[in-house]
Amino acid sequence: MSTTTYETVIGLEVHAQLATVSKMFCGCPTTFGAGPNTQTCPVCLGMPGTLPVINRRAIELAVRTALAFECRVNPSCRFARKHYYYPDMPKNFQISQYEEPLAEDGGLEIDLPGGASRRIGIQRLHLEEDVGKLVHEGTLETAHASLVDYNRSGMPLMETVSRPDLRSPEEAATYLRAFRAVLVHLGVCDGNMEEGSLRCDANVSLRPRGARELGTKVEIKNLNSFRNVQRALEFEVERQARALDAGERIVQETRLWDADRGYTRPMRSKESAHDYRYFPEPDLVPLVLDPAFVAERRAELPELPRARRERFVDAYRLPAYDAAILTQSKALADYYEAAVRESGNTKAVSNWIMSELLREIGSDDERAITTCPVTPAHLGQLVKLIDDGTISGKIAKGVFEGMLRSGDAPGAIVAREGLTQVADTGALERVIDEVLAGNPKPLDDWKKGKTAAAQALFGLVMKATAGKANPAIVKRLLEAKLPKI
Amino acid sequence: MVATVEPTGLTMHELTARYRRGEIAPTEATEAYFARIAERDPQVAAYLTLTREQALAAARAADARYRAGAPRGPLDGVPIAYKDVLCTEGIVTTCGSKILERFVPPYDATVVARLGAAGAVMLGKTNMDEFAMGSSTEHSAFRPTRNPWDLERVPGGSSGGSAAAVGAELAAAALGTDTGGSVRQPAAFCGVVGLKPTYGRISRYGLIAFASSLDHIGPLTRDVRDCALLLHAIAGVDPHDSTSVDEPVPDYPAMLEGGVRGLTLGVPREYFGSGLDPEVEAAVRAAIARLADLGAAIEEVSLPNTDYGLAVYYIVAPAEASSNLARYDGVKYGLRAPGGKDLIDMESRTRAAGFGAEVKRRIMLGTYALSAGYYDAYYGRAQKVRTLVRRDFEAAFARVDLLVAPTTPTAAFKHGDKADPLAMYLNDVFTVGGDLAGLPAMSVRCGFTAAGLPIGLQLMARPFDEARLLRAAHAYEQSTDWLARRPTLA
Repeated sequence: MSTTTYETVIGLEVHAQLATVSKMFCGCPTTFGAGPNTQTCPVCLGMPGTLPVINRRAIELAVRTALAFECRVNPSCRFARKHYYYPDMPKNFQISQYEEPLAEDGGLEIDLPGGASRRIGIQRLHLEEDVGKLVHEGTLETAHASLVDYNRSGMPLMETVSRPDLRSPEEAATYLRAFRAVLVHLGVCDGNMEEGSLRCDANVSLRPRGARELGTKVEIKNLNSFRNVQRALEFEVERQARALDAGERIVQETRLWDADRGYTRPMRSKESAHDYRYFPEPDLVPLVLDPAFVAERRAELPELPRARRERFVDAYRLPAYDAAILTQSKALADYYEAAVRESGNTKAVSNWIMSELLREIGSDDERAITTCPVTPAHLGQLVKLIDDGTISGKIAKGVFEGMLRSGDAPGAIVAREGLTQVADTGALERVIDEVLAGNPKPLDDWKKGKTAAAQALFGLVMKATAGKANPAIVKRLLEAKLPKI
Repeated sequence: MVATVEPTGLTMHELTARYRRGEIAPTEATEAYFARIAERDPQVAAYLTLTREQALAAARAADARYRAGAPRGPLDGVPIAYKDVLCTEGIVTTCGSKILERFVPPYDATVVARLGAAGAVMLGKTNMDEFAMGSSTEHSAFRPTRNPWDLERVPGGSSGGSAAAVGAELAAAALGTDTGGSVRQPAAFCGVVGLKPTYGRISRYGLIAFASSLDHIGPLTRDVRDCALLLHAIAGVDPHDSTSVDEPVPDYPAMLEGGVRGLTLGVPREYFGSGLDPEVEAAVRAAIARLADLGAAIEEVSLPNTDYGLAVYYIVAPAEASSNLARYDGVKYGLRAPGGKDLIDMESRTRAAGFGAEVKRRIMLGTYALSAGYYDAYYGRAQKVRTLVRRDFEAAFARVDLLVAPTTPTAAFKHGDKADPLAMYLNDVFTVGGDLAGLPAMSVRCGFTAAGLPIGLQLMARPFDEARLLRAAHAYEQSTDWLARRPTLA
C-alpha cells in the first residue's frame, strides 16, 4: 500500500454554533426549525443603516471555551469584515475575526490506540456570524429560482483551528469527538452535527515519511459527521497517495466531500480563491476583555471530560474502559453519577448503562440521554432492587424494558406485575419438596452421585416459581436438603 | 434677529415661543411650509419626498399638546427635514441613488425616532449626492439642488438638499450627514449653521453608511441656538450603535451665553495657504478679529499633516464604502435589473444600472485599496497617517481651546464647474481633518462675497467639547448682523 510511504498531516477547522439565546449581533432568537425568515430583523437582514452590537453571552461562551482549551485569551481582539458575494450573506461580507482573534495557542489531549495520548495544538479561536441558507427549486444546476432563508444569518459561530498535528483520519475523528465532548461539557454548544451546530473542514497533505517540510494541502469541506470526517479523509489520503505515486503534483485547492457518492471533488483552485479584502470592522470598537471578566469565566469552568474520566476511575473504581465511555458526553456522565447517587453500586450502574441503555441510545446523543424515559434515578432504583434481592438480574432486564416503554419507576412495575422475588424460605421449601416429588429422575441421578443433577433440580425450582425465586436462597435450601434424602 | 410674521421666516426657538403663546399652531406653521415648498421648491429642488400627510398628523397632535399646555419640549411641533440618507419607517429612503429608488425602510433611524418623540414634524426627505459622495448635490441620481442665494450655483454637498431647505426657508431646520465635510460645506454655501459633532456623540443607527468610521450626523439650522437645541435632542449613547459614546449630554442650549473672553483660539497656518479665495480669507480674518474684539486670545498654530488629510480621506472613505455598498446586489431590496442570465449577471447588471459614475469610481478605488498585496500600501498606510492627522489636532488643542478657519476654500461654485473629480475633492480640504480626527466642528455665516454669496467660518473643538464650540459660535453670531440678510429667493 502506497500510503505507508507517506506521512499524513491533517488540521481541522471546526465551526461551533454557540448556545446563546440571541444572535451574534442582534436580538433575534436562535431556535432551530422556525418558518423561513421568521427569525430576522433589519440587522441580520443587512438592511441599509443597521449596525452590529456584540452579544455579551457569545463572548462569555467563547472565552470559557478558550480557557478550557488552555488558549491565551487576548486582552483585546477585533472583528473584521470578510468580503465575498453570495446571496445567503445579506451584507455580502461576513463579520469575522482576522488578525486579532479572541484567543490563540491552546491544545487538546487526545487518546491514541494502546493507551497513549497526544496533545493536538489549537492555533486560534475566533468568533463570527453565520450566513443564511439557500433553498433551490430543484438542483443547483436546473433550479428556476433559489429562495433564501435568513433565519440562520447572524447566528454566533465559534471557529477553532487546530494545528496540523493529526496524523491519520482516525486521529482526526478522535480529535473531533474529544473536541465535541469538551464543548458539550462546557455547555457552549449542543454539538448536534445533523442540525449543523457543529461543522468541520479539514486540511490534509501528505509528505514522505521523515520529511520535515509539509506537502501541498487540500481543504475538504462539508464534513458533517464523525463518520464522514473519517471517510472523507481516508478517501483523500488515498487519492493523494495515488497521485504522488504516479508522479503527479498535488494541486492546492478546496474540495467538497460528497457523502452519497463517497468521494471528494474539486470546488475551487488556489487561483480562483477569493480575495476576502479583510479590514477591521469599523462599526465595532476593539473588544477589550477585562482580566476580571476572564477570571470569572475561568472560575465557572466545569470539570472537563478528561478530568472527569480520571475521577470516575479513582472515585468509582471503574475500569478505564467504562470511564472513557461514560464520559463521552456530559449528559451521559451526569446520568451515570445521578444513578450512582441513587443506588451506590458504581460498577453495576456502569454495566447497566453500557449493556442496556446504550443499546437504545448513542453515547453522544445528549438530547436522547436527557429525554430518555428511563431516568437515572429509576435506573439506580432498579440496581438497588437487584442488590437488595427484591428481583433477580434476569427479571430486572424485563423490568428495564418496561421502564423504557412506560417511563415508570421500576418499583411500580415490579409491584404491578408481581415480579417480587420469592425469598420466603417456607414457601420455597414447599416448592422444592413438590419439585423433588414430581421429578424422580434427576433425584435418582443425584443419588447415584451425579452432582450435575443438582443444577437441573435448581433450574426446575426456578422454573416452578416463574423465575421469581431468589436464586441464592433456592441454592442454599437445595444444598441443605439433598444430602438428607 | 429676523423680525417677521411669516412662520417660515422664524428660527425654531422663535417659532416655538409663538406656539407657547398661542399665536400660531403647529398645523398652521406646517401648512405654511408646505405652501412655501409648493411655491419655491420647484426652483430649489431641495426635497426628494414630501410627507405631508404624516406631517399634518404629527402637527395636529402637537396642536393638542400646546392647547393642553403640555408641549413635549423645545422641538414640539417644529417642521424639519431629513437628508434622504436617514432611514424613516414606511417612507421611501433613496440615499440619492437609483439602486434604492423604491426602498422603504422597516425602521426609523435613532435620530429620527428621537426627534419624533420630541414632537418634531417631518416635512420630507432632502436631496443629496448619491450615497453622500460629492460636494455639490450634482451627483444625486434624481436632480441637482440649487443654491437659494444664486440658483446658478450649487448648494454644496452632500447634504445640499438639507442646507438649501434651511437656507431657502423650506424647513425650520434639517439633519444632514458629514463624512468629509458634507454638513459644514453646504452650510457655508447656503449661509446656514452646520454642526458636525464628535464621532460617537450621535448614534449612526439608521444612517445609511458611506464610510462608517467617518460618517457623522449633524444639524443644519438658521442660528446657533437652534443648532444647540437640535443637538441636545439627538445626542447621547444608543444601544444600537456600539461606536456611540456613553458620555453625559450637557444642556447645550443653556450653555450658550458666556462669550469668548478667556478662550484661546488657534488659527491653523495651513488653512490659509494658496487656493484660498481672497474674499473668503478676508471674511474669515475679519471674523477672527471680531472674536479677538470680543475678548478671545488669538494664536497661530500649525497642523503640519493637513496636506495629507485629503489623500488619507480618499483611501479610507472609498475603502469603507466599497464594503458598505456591497449589500446592494438586487437580492433583497432596492433595484433588481431585469434580464440577468444567472446570479452574478443579475448582480452585475443591478449594480451597473443602479450606481452612478461617482459611486462606481469610489467602489473601485476602495476595492483596490483593500486588495491583497495593496492593503498595507494603501489602507494600512492611510490609517497610520490618519493617526498623525489626529495627533496634529491633539497638539494644537494642548495649547488652544478652539480652532478657527475657513470652512471652504471658496464660496458656492456654479453647476458643472467642477466636472473634474479631483477639483471637486479639493473642496473638502478644510473639512476632512475634523472627520478624520472625529472632532466637533461647525460652520457659521461670517459674511458675503461681492456677488452676494455667503461665506462660512469654521470652528473646531476638542472631542465632546460641543458646548464651548456652540458658545463661541453664538457669541460671534450675536455680535454681527449677518443673519438679517435673507436669500434673494426669499
